[in-house]
Amino acid sequence: MPDGGGAQFVRLAGLKRYFDVSAPWLVRKIEGRPRQIVQAVDGIDIEIARGETFSLVGESGCGKSTVARLVVGLYPPTAGTIEFDGNDMAGRRSRSDMAALRRRMQMIFQDPYASLNPRWRVFDIVAEPIRAFGLSTDKADLQKRVEDLLRQVKLTPADGRKFPHEFSGGQRQRVSIARALASQPEFLVCDEPTSALDVSVQAQILNLMVDLQRRFGLTYLFISHNLAVVYHISTRVGVMYLGRLVEVAPTETLFTRPKHPYTRMLLDTIPDLDMTGRQRSPVAGEVPSPLNPPFGCTFHPRCPFANDRCKTERPKALSIEGGTVSCHAIEEGRLAVDERSYTANS
Amino acid sequence: MAVASNNPPLLDVRNLRVEFPTRRGTLVAVDDVSFDIAPGEVLGVVGESGAGKSLTGNAIIGLLEPPGRIAGGEIRLEGRRIDNLPYEEMRKIRGARIGAIFQDPLTSLNPLYSVGRQLVETIRTHLPVSMPEARTRALDLLKEVGIPGAESRLDHYPHQFSGGMRQRVVIALALCAGPRLIVADEPTTALDVSIQAQIIALLKRLCREHGTAVMLVTHDMGVIAETADRVAVMYAGRIAEIGPVRDVVKNAKHPYTKGLMGSIPNLGVRTERLTQIDGAMPRLTEIPAGCAFNPRCAGRGSRCLSERPDLMPAGTGRAACWLHDRGGVGRPLAKETIDA
Repeated sequence: MPDGGGAQFVRLAGLKRYFDVSAPWLVRKIEGRPRQIVQAVDGIDIEIARGETFSLVGESGCGKSTVARLVVGLYPPTAGTIEFDGNDMAGRRSRSDMAALRRRMQMIFQDPYASLNPRWRVFDIVAEPIRAFGLSTDKADLQKRVEDLLRQVKLTPADGRKFPHEFSGGQRQRVSIARALASQPEFLVCDEPTSALDVSVQAQILNLMVDLQRRFGLTYLFISHNLAVVYHISTRVGVMYLGRLVEVAPTETLFTRPKHPYTRMLLDTIPDLDMTGRQRSPVAGEVPSPLNPPFGCTFHPRCPFANDRCKTERPKALSIEGGTVSCHAIEEGRLAVDERSYTANS
Repeated sequence: MAVASNNPPLLDVRNLRVEFPTRRGTLVAVDDVSFDIAPGEVLGVVGESGAGKSLTGNAIIGLLEPPGRIAGGEIRLEGRRIDNLPYEEMRKIRGARIGAIFQDPLTSLNPLYSVGRQLVETIRTHLPVSMPEARTRALDLLKEVGIPGAESRLDHYPHQFSGGMRQRVVIALALCAGPRLIVADEPTTALDVSIQAQIIALLKRLCREHGTAVMLVTHDMGVIAETADRVAVMYAGRIAEIGPVRDVVKNAKHPYTKGLMGSIPNLGVRTERLTQIDGAMPRLTEIPAGCAFNPRCAGRGSRCLSERPDLMPAGTGRAACWLHDRGGVGRPLAKETIDA
């Protein structure tokens, strides 16, 4: 395993991805409509250290899945750079160099029903990355590797003969994980891996992911909308809103001392299972359309602390307590850090 | 929730059984389910996918998809039996006495008609009012469910609303004729968390103001903990445990409920590993003999393998588990290692 050189394993800098959703050219000309650009990811800086679990949270449409796809190269970025272990992913290099980099990162998708080929047996699904990267030429070795992988995700070698439809949702997600591990990656991008699963199965998959991380020293980029899951699994958390990162902080800090008003709002919406009588304060308003995001701080129309500056000037990331926050109110000291404790009551 | 016991329940479900005839034999999807709901009460029905919770809800509103059918038991609304009514009779009750809210607000609305027209049509189907009166009522309803600029929104089409606003419209539709009971099937599942909180607060407020009872079907224990008075936990077509929500959430009596509660990641308690229930819920074709939960249960005994427990008193509620029977679970058995 080559050493990363710097401390950061994965580094995203000024990452942007815009999607052109305009009507066709002729329709635009006839009806006099302008081009329409969705700014799905609008300038994001993230650094992920080796061995940590970095989570991105946010509501639907905030661009978190787009970040996941950018990182593994499923979309090319509009602007910005992605560095993986010191290598710029956009840099020109030979096919074999690129393949060597690709082998080291894999992705787990949300929907285990759609991400497995229904016509392939599980053995072939799991063996595909091994074959594609030429990691094994010998049939017996391939067989052994796939069986080991299936065992690692708590399936049996006999399951390799089955088709995906013979499995439940949780088992299918195990197959996806086995496939992702097949190329012996160091970095896994997990896009809502448990959102489609029932809670008891979700617990099984999360436990499995934690075990595998420990065993193989994996680094995770974990995408989720479920704050409780994120709290449980992450080292650090980034909160996204309308294509921008509004706050990044170590997990414990984010949940006990949230700073950005949007983070506070998200935390307030977590259902109260302890039944402490804490009132969920429903926040007014909804996420605006990313087609024409508000000027200045994109959160200002829903923010109780917004002033004129928030409406015109985009806040810069401010380093605070081991993380960053992009908020004028915090920067100006208008808004104090919110202290809250989630005491565990047995 | 506090209703004197001599008051008849609003909804009374007794020994409900829902079957699906298939070529390979009959599948029992809902098996011997009994519960009641008092006027103004919110009963949460929780369970994992395939537990039969939605089917129970659909059986009550008379919308079981064939070949599924009610094979036994009875359902009474305000003392009147409704499970054996002809389709047209049931149609009059549905909407007028029972409102329904489904998971996906987009598919519950007709995309070709404006929201106002759908509301007016529903109101006039169930209430003897004139067109202008119905329109006024539709407007009031939209205001009541918190849709900003209700006057102009009345003539908008469903696609012009966001997900949260659509679900508000669906709630308005369900409330049109002032029903006594609302069956809400996963009403917040398709929504973002911040919108979820809004919709739950709205449902709670409306039910309190109108004294409407709610059967809230969901897989989200958090929603139940915040909203429901009582909760029924379903597993493999049966009720595993039913009781006051506080006791079920904090002091569950059935091993399945305990496992379920432990597997939910919780703020404040950051453990290395979540409690997990090994294995998965059995398919309807292979429900084990005895207690359906026995292959996954750590505390099972010999009796659990052969005898099926019914709901029995346990704490403040009732649980279907031999642990709470005087006879106990029988000879203790070690739990086999189960590969999921």
